[in-house]
Amino acid sequence: MPSLIRRSKKQHASLLDSHTVVNLFFEDSTRTRTTFEIAGKRLGASVINLNTARLSTKKGETVLDTVRTLEAMDTDIFVVRDSASGTAHLIARHVPAHVHIINAGDGRHAHPTQAMLDMFTIRESKGDFSQLRFAIVGDILHSRVARSQIAALQILGAREIRVIAPATLLPTEIERLGVTAHTDMDEGLTDVDVVMMLRLQLERMEGQLIPSSQEYFRCYGLNQDRLNRAAPDAVVMHPGPMNRGLEIASDVADSERSLILSQVKNGIAVRMAIMAELVGMRPKGSS
Amino acid sequence: MKIKICNGRVIDPTSGEDQIRDIYIADGVIADPQKAQQAFSEDREIDATGQVVCPGLIDLQARLREPGEEHKATLQSELAAAISAGVTSVCVPPDTNPTIDTPAMVHMVRQRGRRIQKARVYPLGALTVGLNGERLTDMAALKEAGCTAVSNGDRIIDNTLVIRRAMQYASTFNLTVFLTPLDHWLKGNGCVHEGEVSTRLGLPAVPEAAEVVALARDLALIETTGVRAHITQISCARSVEKIREAKQRGLNVTAAVSAHHLHLSEQDIGDFDTRYHVMPPLRSLADRDALRDGVASGVIDAICSDHQPHGLDAKLAPFSESASGIAGIETLLPLTVKLAHEGAISLTDAIARVTTHPARILGIDVGTLTPGAPADVCVFDPTAERLIDVSQFVSQGKNHPFDGKTLPGVIAHTFVAGIEVVN
Repeated sequence: MPSLIRRSKKQHASLLDSHTVVNLFFEDSTRTRTTFEIAGKRLGASVINLNTARLSTKKGETVLDTVRTLEAMDTDIFVVRDSASGTAHLIARHVPAHVHIINAGDGRHAHPTQAMLDMFTIRESKGDFSQLRFAIVGDILHSRVARSQIAALQILGAREIRVIAPATLLPTEIERLGVTAHTDMDEGLTDVDVVMMLRLQLERMEGQLIPSSQEYFRCYGLNQDRLNRAAPDAVVMHPGPMNRGLEIASDVADSERSLILSQVKNGIAVRMAIMAELVGMRPKGSS
Repeated sequence: MKIKICNGRVIDPTSGEDQIRDIYIADGVIADPQKAQQAFSEDREIDATGQVVCPGLIDLQARLREPGEEHKATLQSELAAAISAGVTSVCVPPDTNPTIDTPAMVHMVRQRGRRIQKARVYPLGALTVGLNGERLTDMAALKEAGCTAVSNGDRIIDNTLVIRRAMQYASTFNLTVFLTPLDHWLKGNGCVHEGEVSTRLGLPAVPEAAEVVALARDLALIETTGVRAHITQISCARSVEKIREAKQRGLNVTAAVSAHHLHLSEQDIGDFDTRYHVMPPLRSLADRDALRDGVASGVIDAICSDHQPHGLDAKLAPFSESASGIAGIETLLPLTVKLAHEGAISLTDAIARVTTHPARILGIDVGTLTPGAPADVCVFDPTAERLIDVSQFVSQGKNHPFDGKTLPGVIAHTFVAGIEVVN
């Protein structure tokens, strides 16, 4: 994959020639949709963006109606984002085998391409996962990113995975996913090598999951003092978009230990690789 | 019409009987076997060798969708489904559209049921007008129209004072109150058990406490009002515990569980399989086992189908947006027999949970093979197995997680009031 990034853009420009990619976003997203769009276009595919608020399934067109209509127009890859967990699975079960579904985030369930680009970024910076301690910090309960990161870290043999959040934002039996849960940020960050912050969606919190943004930043915001508890060469990640001063202090976000911009850059390459793999096209000279 | 059913294994939980003998039916009722042996000129003889002969099943909770949702199912289709599966009496919650909250609605549903001439229908009267949880219904009139019990169906009453007064008022007229414990705040928009699976799949969860909190509240009110109450469905170990305690303290309370909760758990949901979307949700394996123990020990009195037929589209949606429920009436007997096959309970006790006990809970005179009782009889092969194929369901609902699986218990004959309705 690194070769994909190093080579000039033009070398891959025909891999997805004559393919159609539909970005089917039932939930708003600028960043993920844009990176998928760029990834598809760099591979030579026709990319169509459909940002459509989904009607309740009881009225109007259902998810599957929408997909079948588009599928009839010879779509090769659907990139699907939805606010309900399991939508990509549902679609994948109801399209013919030659149509590929990429999950670009489903409810609280999974955001696999985000986790893959995160893993790629960590490997670039840190190498072997088996020696590394990871901490995922923030709204674990609602986070599809956290669930996919945990799954990916398990597969890659991480030494230790911690999740850090107040009890209101920790899902039940999270330990069953192979992580240790911490409600104390200072304790949770001690000696970790990679700090993976999550975006806090304040509008979801209803004043009950967390009392206020001030209190949250006081207890769970990542600032320089807290980061000093982690390993001396610890790195900081964030899937974006960041809430500066809510979950992460600006000086940390912009510091040399932050991998946040690498994540964005790698996001395009990783998504190009996923699309090319799916349709069985590899650049010449790669194994 | 006189019918003799020969050589069957007669299981009548009312008397505890389990032996090979003949059953006699005359003029729609069970005839006294002693008298019949001396002089009985049957019009028809049925050989039931190798078959179980037991009272027709009584399903304490089945949604037949009529009136209001005839696009999903009708009384005609679902009562035919019932008898095809040995279910001769069906208790219908009042959450139809319009709701069953007036004597006229009770008469309408009962009359429609009678005209169809399949299984018997027992509509529950609404506890509150329109099930809105505010004003009490005219319960004395509902009783006169034929209701033996009242319920708020699937609508939750939040106002504790209303529940208490409804219980007091129902007890005035010796009506049983059917309650479905669920705290609507704790349930929220949850669709699966709060546990490992909800965490892994990221699905909104219903904590066990949503049921236990409401059940504890209801039991406290049952105790102070002295009403006779039936808990329509429980789903977790703690609820079994609560019912056990309540019974030990002498409360006049019974409880049921759905057949699917005795065989499935949250683990079966796999990757968002919407056929397993039910409410209350399928809970942990430990909960399932506690429910089985509860049924075996008698803490749980009855097993119901919680039949909920849906159209095809209802399950073709993301899990949280799919309709909950299983079209389970045709598997009530097979899943109950399966419990006995698996050694969880004796066959006699299992049959009691779907015949005699539900009859007692509803206060109706069926569910027994006692001479003089209406001849609602089910004859089935307890060892034969049947492939569950939803396309072969009589019910209009094809939503069933056991599709493609094999279950024991194959119906040979069903009689309602001495008339053979299935052969």
